[in-house]
Amino acid sequence: METRRDLLKCLAWAGTGVLWTVSGGVPKGVNLGGAALAAPAGGFSFVQISDTHMGFKAEANPDPNATLQAALDKIAALPQKPALMLHTGDVTHLSKAAEFDTADQIIKGAKLDTHFIPGEHDVIGDDGKGYFERFGAKGAAPGGWYSFDQGGVHFVGLVNVMGFKPATGGSLGNEQIAWLEQDLKGKTASTPIVVMGHVPLWPVYAQWGWATEDADQAMSHLKRFGSVTVLNGHIHQVVQKVEGTATFQTAMSTAFPQPKGGEAPNPGPMKVSADKLKTVLGIRKVEVTPGTAVAIADETLA
Amino acid sequence: MIAIRMRRASLAAAVMLALAAPVVSPPGRAADANAVTIDDFKFAPATLTVPARATVTWTNRDGEPHTVMSADGGLTFKSPALDTDDSFSFTFAKPGTYTYFCSVHPHMTGTIVVK
Repeated sequence: METRRDLLKCLAWAGTGVLWTVSGGVPKGVNLGGAALAAPAGGFSFVQISDTHMGFKAEANPDPNATLQAALDKIAALPQKPALMLHTGDVTHLSKAAEFDTADQIIKGAKLDTHFIPGEHDVIGDDGKGYFERFGAKGAAPGGWYSFDQGGVHFVGLVNVMGFKPATGGSLGNEQIAWLEQDLKGKTASTPIVVMGHVPLWPVYAQWGWATEDADQAMSHLKRFGSVTVLNGHIHQVVQKVEGTATFQTAMSTAFPQPKGGEAPNPGPMKVSADKLKTVLGIRKVEVTPGTAVAIADETLA
Repeated sequence: MIAIRMRRASLAAAVMLALAAPVVSPPGRAADANAVTIDDFKFAPATLTVPARATVTWTNRDGEPHTVMSADGGLTFKSPALDTDDSFSFTFAKPGTYTYFCSVHPHMTGTIVVK
């Protein structure tokens, strides 16, 4: 278990109370298996899936339905059933009704309480009408953003894919940021906060639109909290950043990988050999023990 | 399967043609002078100059889906998702400079100058 101890040393940052682990080969050589995934006493766990891209049919993954199912099977096999599942957007590839139907059917099969936020692929051509009809949260603000409390954690679902502008990436808009400020007002600083946003809430690679232009304003309202976990999607790979008491992390897709920012001519789907595909797709498990730690584990489908 | 899908798209385009100026057309209809192609995450030509009342047709030749959306958030024109070989047309009634982008990949930008 020396490997594990070394990893804990590296990844349990002082002051953040966050432990980030990976297994299944990302990064290479690290495999914590079930030990790191067993839920701590008094806490609860949930999972994140992202970028399922129902309807995608290019060579990077001819069968995204099957890989989504594999992701759900992986979740079903976890030692402890997660309390809920988060989907951080790009449910579909082209916002088509049939794609939303397929996603709904497959995801329902997991029999988990699932909370969605939209990606830019879910709001093409109709400003999200089709998406919100099916996956919009109950009690959401008119713009689709929402919050809820579960397991002592305050969850916030943000929408940052509606205001795309040329040459920039996502944006939240003043209305949503004002809502967030209000939403957080009654919460004590010790409440663990989990924020969902499809496009990264920090500039991962702005040249490809992998940024949210007004994320700093939103994050300024989260500064007083002792534990803020920001879960993003959009870029189909794990990238992480720590800032004060907040950790930001993008997730793997269940459909296809994308190149690292700037390491390809464009951010299009990255083709890997069929036997490698499941090593670059994955799920994320998050365990929260109020007062102590948030543990994040990214697991590939391999 | 592909043939059926294309035929249905054509029928939908024909119906839409009768109703409004912006339409999704079946492939191969682009008039070359007023055509913009999308290839490798780029609009080409990046700037196209056309006379007033010209109809510009964008055709996606990329393996990735793209959209065409005016920079005013799609108020002037906004295409649905354009899959490979799908096209979208818009008739520019008034002279002016119209910038646009792909709402899925906002770093892709282009300009139509209407004289």
